[in-house]
Amino acid sequence: MSDTKTLATVWLDGCSGCHMSLLDMDERLIELSSQFTLVYSPLVDQKVFPEHVDVTLVEGAVASEDDLKKVRKIRDHTGVLVSLGDCALTGNVSAMRNRFGPEPVLLRVYPDGQKAPSTGVPALLDRVRPVHEVVPVDVFVPGCPPSADTIYQVLTELLAGRVPTLEGVAHFG
Amino acid sequence: MSAEANIRTLTIDEVDISARADETILEAAREHNIDIPTLCHLEGLSEVGACRLCLVEVKGARRLLPACVTRVEEGMEVTTHSAKIDRYRQMVLELFFAERNHVCSVCVANGHCELQSLALRLGMTHVELPYQYPQLPVDASHPRFTVDHNRCVLCTRCVRVCGEVEGANTWGVMGRGAQSLVITDLKEPWGESETCTSCGKCVQVCPTGALFEKNRAGTKTAKHPEFLPYLRIMREGEQR
Ligand code: SF4
Ligand code: FES
Repeated sequence: MSDTKTLATVWLDGCSGCHMSLLDMDERLIELSSQFTLVYSPLVDQKVFPEHVDVTLVEGAVASEDDLKKVRKIRDHTGVLVSLGDCALTGNVSAMRNRFGPEPVLLRVYPDGQKAPSTGVPALLDRVRPVHEVVPVDVFVPGCPPSADTIYQVLTELLAGRVPTLEGVAHFG
Repeated sequence: MSAEANIRTLTIDEVDISARADETILEAAREHNIDIPTLCHLEGLSEVGACRLCLVEVKGARRLLPACVTRVEEGMEVTTHSAKIDRYRQMVLELFFAERNHVCSVCVANGHCELQSLALRLGMTHVELPYQYPQLPVDASHPRFTVDHNRCVLCTRCVRVCGEVEGANTWGVMGRGAQSLVITDLKEPWGESETCTSCGKCVQVCPTGALFEKNRAGTKTAKHPEFLPYLRIMREGEQR
């Protein structure tokens, strides 16, 4: 079908709850699946972000060097970028460490002279930031996580080429 | 003065309205089911005009006016909703969210919070202003209640209910601007306060999860400030 859109989903610093909520659309996923191709996601095998994706859903805040690199690249190769859920929108639980900074948090996790791993893992940013503080965001979907109904509404609108309005529909938390 | 002399006629959102001369724009509007968002206002308490969410346009006034502390006047033309007002209210809300650490998903008041529902109602989907992430204390020294300053919006409802209704004057405000804190007595730990009667009225009127009752979760964390107008009516009845 020529009007099939490409869809990507990304998982930055979040708990994966938004992806769970996406799957929670149940049989509606099958209904929607004829309208999009999932080209990149933790749910599929593709390792490299494609040249162009029509719609990308971003779960999670920007917390590490790797998140930063990823989200910039995604922005460059995405038509409509959707901030999905409170972590992407506000920093949420991920940003609760901002009151202390990364060092004290690492010390808490690796106490008594244990060493926090420094190779093979991306460095933490000084501050966890909502996605829109780093790259422009087109659609904001609040919720921790946003309900399956909300995500369904967002996807239906986007796949029909419209911009969903969630004002007054979905709340934080 | 005759009854007529005490009546003012005005328009709110182009609706003709009459109100008592001692009424505020907010009271007059609510009597006519015209909805103005509020946060620091609470029926049964004095007005402080602290939150600025109730801003309205009054024809001829150079700036927006807070409806909760502005009295009605003869011939006033009030507008409660416009693009400009929406922009200001949105900004005020964003300031609240950016100023302290409001994390709805892990808050005891999630689902029963006036700040959270205002965001929903006014269509705030994200905050453009940079979050401040201040380091603020939590005082859990009281056997039944906790104050978490991360979630306080400085509406002073707790201060007013404690002074005006309970008469204990335990709560007060210290500091200025964003550095302000609500405190018990002279910043004693709440649990050591000699004036606190543990009546819990402050918890019931607090619009957010800043004041909450221990050992409660889920729907049990809903607040019930509706006791206030009742209490007032009952007390006024006794005095007569
Ligand atoms: S503790 Fe609650 S009632 Fe008291 S000023 Fe803060 S938000 Fe208002
Ligand atoms: S309700 Fe009027 S200023 Fe807060």
